[in-house]
Amino acid sequence: MSTALLDTWSIETRDLTKKFGDFTAVDRISFKVGKGEIFGFLGANGAGKTTAMRMLTGLLNPTSGSAFVAGYNIATDPESVKRNIGYMSQKFSLYQDLRVWENIEYYGGLYGMSLKEIREATGRMMEDLGMNAEKNVLVSELPLGWKQKLAFSIAIMHHPGIVFLDEPTGGVDPITRRQFWNMIYQTAREGITIFVTTHYMDEAEYCERVAIMVDGKIEAIGKTSELKSAYHAGSMDEVFYLLARGATRSE
Amino acid sequence: MTAFFLILKKEFRQIFRDPAILRLIFLMPVLQLIILPFAADYEVKNIKVGIIDLDHSDYSRSLITKFENSSYFKLAVYSSDHHQALKWLEKEEADLVIEIPPRFESTLIRENSATLQLVVNAVNGTKGNLGAAYTSGVIQQFNQEIRKDWFEFPRFNPEPFITVVPISLYNPYSDYQRFMVPGILAVLLTMTGGFLSALNIVKEKELGTIEQLNVSPIRKYQFILGKLVPFWLLGFVILTLGLVVSYVVHGIAPGTNIGNIYIFTALYLLAIVGFGLLLSNFTSTQQQAMMVAFFFMLIFILLSGLYTTIESMPPWAQKIAYINPLTYMVDAMRMVLLKGATLRDLLPHLRVIAAIGIVLNFLAIWTYHKRS
Repeated sequence: MSTALLDTWSIETRDLTKKFGDFTAVDRISFKVGKGEIFGFLGANGAGKTTAMRMLTGLLNPTSGSAFVAGYNIATDPESVKRNIGYMSQKFSLYQDLRVWENIEYYGGLYGMSLKEIREATGRMMEDLGMNAEKNVLVSELPLGWKQKLAFSIAIMHHPGIVFLDEPTGGVDPITRRQFWNMIYQTAREGITIFVTTHYMDEAEYCERVAIMVDGKIEAIGKTSELKSAYHAGSMDEVFYLLARGATRSE
Repeated sequence: MTAFFLILKKEFRQIFRDPAILRLIFLMPVLQLIILPFAADYEVKNIKVGIIDLDHSDYSRSLITKFENSSYFKLAVYSSDHHQALKWLEKEEADLVIEIPPRFESTLIRENSATLQLVVNAVNGTKGNLGAAYTSGVIQQFNQEIRKDWFEFPRFNPEPFITVVPISLYNPYSDYQRFMVPGILAVLLTMTGGFLSALNIVKEKELGTIEQLNVSPIRKYQFILGKLVPFWLLGFVILTLGLVVSYVVHGIAPGTNIGNIYIFTALYLLAIVGFGLLLSNFTSTQQQAMMVAFFFMLIFILLSGLYTTIESMPPWAQKIAYINPLTYMVDAMRMVLLKGATLRDLLPHLRVIAAIGIVLNFLAIWTYHKRS
């Protein structure tokens, strides 16, 4: 593997495929994501977004094809991949019965941070999120928007090269979504690559580049402005509609 | 090391914050150990006897008195009507009916022998069998007394008497509680150790937090150990509580070899928590885990020699009993608590439990997949 690849690309896939029996969930997708880029991964329910993401995060073995994440092969070296990524799942993944700081401590521990590092990170995080008063509160008592912001902060607390966000803003009010995206921009500026799946098309506009998945395949990929002009559309919403209406699969 | 320590911390925080688990750990063993040994008593007492006396003689009356005086029998119904017997059994007014035929006394005197009829309700097999056995005992005794009345024995008795004088070692009064308490304690350790560890992991699956764990660089053995150690330690809490209850409520003093129980339990819990972890790898909801755990728990209990002796089981059942970890825990617990067994005595059991523990934990680690 060349150093050039390490320097330029955060994610690189070639014909990445996942089959469950006869069903091809992800069908030979190939794309590259640059360092520090905000990359949107769009598609209707059942298009294969989550399956693709689970392969890239080392949770799922690909059936064929290859993918490098943070310079490591996901098929042969998934544990190295895991050390270099952050992940925020669709399901809310903090422990409701633990306090805010206890969640931070636990996840810091999973990523091998020292107690001192965890303490410092906790202080910074509480400051940035304006949650100093809530440090001792049980997560179950926080409003959903706060939980999501906290989950995101925890996903990047070990300074990964890439963070994967699986529909991070589901069920969150527009103001919090706005704040959430500000956090994403901030994180990308620090050099962390953002790989985000969503089906909110207004969010797609926030991404630098997007890939649109339909029935397990990538139907279009590029800068949002390029896609809009290529499809003579006024918004990503229209682009998505043009591409996705041909879909045969849904949940 | 920090990672492992922080995982442990998190597990203990969650355990001590969940009132349901706390009740399960502290209240359930205490209550069960207090109540169950009194109820789970195998001694059959108060067998209801019905007597149909068609003879009305001295002998028939003295036989009836013998039954009345026995603590095992309760003279429930009495009649001189032959047809009553079946009715009593059907209505459960009597567990067994003894019919003394007409001319019982005169036949006995004239022919040196007479016949009694014994009818037993065997729906409850244990009660029926024991009742019949006790009845024969009473009649045997009655028999000998008549002989004594009739014969002036010569110096050398033509029909020698052999009297067996039993001495009950280790449990001098053959007290059923002393026998059951150690066994029930072993079952409690199994339930809490095996169930709680399985439910804990499956709960993480349900919540989706296991996914977050699987995308982290945490090692498989760190994860498994992090789940194993808390429930292993909790097992000792339950054991200690249980021993205190056994002593205070049932008067079972553990003696000087008490440390041996802890040593044995250390290995046993390892095996049983490993079983719980293995179980969690094959279930995805807490309901499933519970059902499967109950299935195994029943087999563990019934084929462990807790209630019935393993030697009297059919060969195939004995084979299962000998790979059943609970078998060894129940026996070791009884050996130490009632006989004061030494580590040397326990060595064969320790070996088997260690082997079962290694196999179960190896399988648990082997079948846990961070990816699919």
